[in-house]
Parts: sequence; structure tokens; C-alpha cells
Amino acid sequence: MAKHGMAAEGQVHPIKSYLVVWGWLFVLSAFSYMVDYFHVQGALRWSLILLFMVLKAGLIIAFFMHMAWERLSLVTAILIPPVAVLVFVTIMSAESDYTLLTREMFFAEGTVP
Amino acid sequence: MAPHGSMTSAQAADPHAGWQGIYADWASDRTVFRNVSWGKAMMWVFLLSDTFIFGCFLLAYMTARMSTTVPWPNATEVFALHIGGENIPLILIAIMTFVLISSSGTMAMAVNYGYRRDRKKTAVLMLVTAAFGATFVGMQAFEWTKLIMEGVRPWENPWGAAQFGSTFFMITGFHGTHVTIGVIFLIIVARKVLRGDFDRGTRGFFTSRKGRYEIVEITGLYWHFVDLVWVFIFAFFYLW
Repeated sequence: MAKHGMAAEGQVHPIKSYLVVWGWLFVLSAFSYMVDYFHVQGALRWSLILLFMVLKAGLIIAFFMHMAWERLSLVTAILIPPVAVLVFVTIMSAESDYTLLTREMFFAEGTVP
Repeated sequence: MAPHGSMTSAQAADPHAGWQGIYADWASDRTVFRNVSWGKAMMWVFLLSDTFIFGCFLLAYMTARMSTTVPWPNATEVFALHIGGENIPLILIAIMTFVLISSSGTMAMAVNYGYRRDRKKTAVLMLVTAAFGATFVGMQAFEWTKLIMEGVRPWENPWGAAQFGSTFFMITGFHGTHVTIGVIFLIIVARKVLRGDFDRGTRGFFTSRKGRYEIVEITGLYWHFVDLVWVFIFAFFYLW
């Protein structure tokens, strides 16, 4: 890997690639703003928000943060652990449903204790 | 993209790149992250820990919002601005988003010019990035002032669930703090670049080590991360 050259000079890529990513981030942000502006509701709203969010995050990590050009050892070491957060989300959303259920059963609105 | 193509040919030359490289790197009884300096690796590890912090904040917000029996305030109306006689939903937040994305763009270019050893362009682009960041914090201060004037407190607000205020101040406050710290570091590093510290190998004031242009990339990683966190806050807190 010594012949690789990247270690000595660092991450040098054409300026144009950054401008293209920048442009796409603008377009995707405009799209996600439009979702709110035109009052898209329900499942379509949530899936569009998540889609644009994931695309933007992916562009920033891959190109601005140079993950696309790093070795997989680093990429996997940094990007796999956050999956634990998703597991936590699953657990807490089940827990929240249960909390909401008990609140509705025992602390219904209008019944002041 | 062209740089990716060149990387693929470089990987082809190295038998231990790609998926096989993972166990080759971890089992080689030496530094795991080849081609990555300790500074950059440590920044990535720090960013990973920060990911968990922001992840838990957003998780707490989700839990509060899902489990409350009181309706959640409508972000579209709460964050609308009255401009030219009509309410424009979320307009300030949209502008803040574009400002932060632009700052990420200028930062990425600063990193690039740093490695090309173009001192002036690197420093100017970093200062532009810092200016965008300061603008962002300024707009956030405006937004906080507006909401506080309207009666939003961490324990109550005029529109619905009380947890709205606490999660809002916690999440955006912590993010704004990150942006502020980033602006300070950008200015410090830009000054060093402009002085030519990294060309002459001047020793730094804190660690007495010789700096390299790589610090521009490491500062950039932090800055892009701040932008990245905003992408998630924008989606989950403002748009959801």
C-alpha cells in the first residue's frame, strides 16, 4: 500500500465532484422542503422524508467525508456500530406504544386525579 | 466518477483491499487502519461516539412524542414566518439547511485546496465556511428568541405536548453548540494555514507537534458531521 500515494498526498479528488454533490444536496433539500410546503401527508410523507434524508446523509458521508475512498476496515468500523441505535429505536418504539396504552387506560383525558 | 475509477485500479493492485482486506487488516498484528493517521482515526471514533449521543437525543424525542396523550405541536405552523403578509411554513429552517449545506460544500473544497498546498484558497474557503456557520448560529438564536417570546419553555408551550419545548431546546441547543465549536476551530486552523504553519512545520501551541495539512481534512470531518446531524434533525424534528 506504500505505492498507493494517497497517504502521502491525502484525499485529492477533482473539485467538480464536490460541486456535483453540493448541487444534489441542494436539490434533495429543496425536495424535502417541498414535502412540507405542499402538505404531503401520511405514509407518503414519511417515506419521502426518510428517502431524502438517507440520500443526503449518504452523499455527505461518501463524498464530503471521503468514506467512498477509504478502506473497508475503517468504513465498517465506523458505519456498522450505529446499527445499535436502530435496535434501540425498535425497542423504544415498542415501549412507547405500551406507555401510551397504559396512559390512555389509566389517565384518560378529563379525569383529573 | 473518475477518482473512484482510479481507486478501483489501486485496489486491484493490492490483494488485501476490498472485503478480504477487512480480516487482512484486523489480523495483521499492526495498525488496523492503514493509510489513516491516528488523528483522522481518532476523529472518526469521536464522531461515532457523537453519533450515539445525538442518536439517543433523537430517540428520547421519539419516545416522548410517541407516548404522550397530548397532541404534538404542528412544526409547520410553529416554525412559520410571517413575511410579506402571509405565513411561509418552515422558511427559516429551510434557509438554515441551505446555509449549512453550502458551508459543507466550501469546507470540502478547502480540504481539497489544502492538499494542493494552496494556502490562500484553503484559508479563504475555511473562513467562508466559518462565516456560514456563524450565520447558521445567528439564525438559530433568532429562532430561539422568537419561540421563547411566544411562550415556549422546556416545561410548557401554548400549542400542545409539554415535551416539545424540552426536546427542542435540548436537540437544537446541543447541535448549535457543536456548530459554534466548529466555527472556533475553523478560524484557528484557517489562521495557521494562512500563516504557513503547515508549510514550515511550525510547532503548535498546545501539543508542540508539527502540524500538517491533514488537520484541514480532520476539521472538515467534524464540520461535515455537524451538517450530517442537521440532516437528521431537519427530517425528524421539523418535517416529521
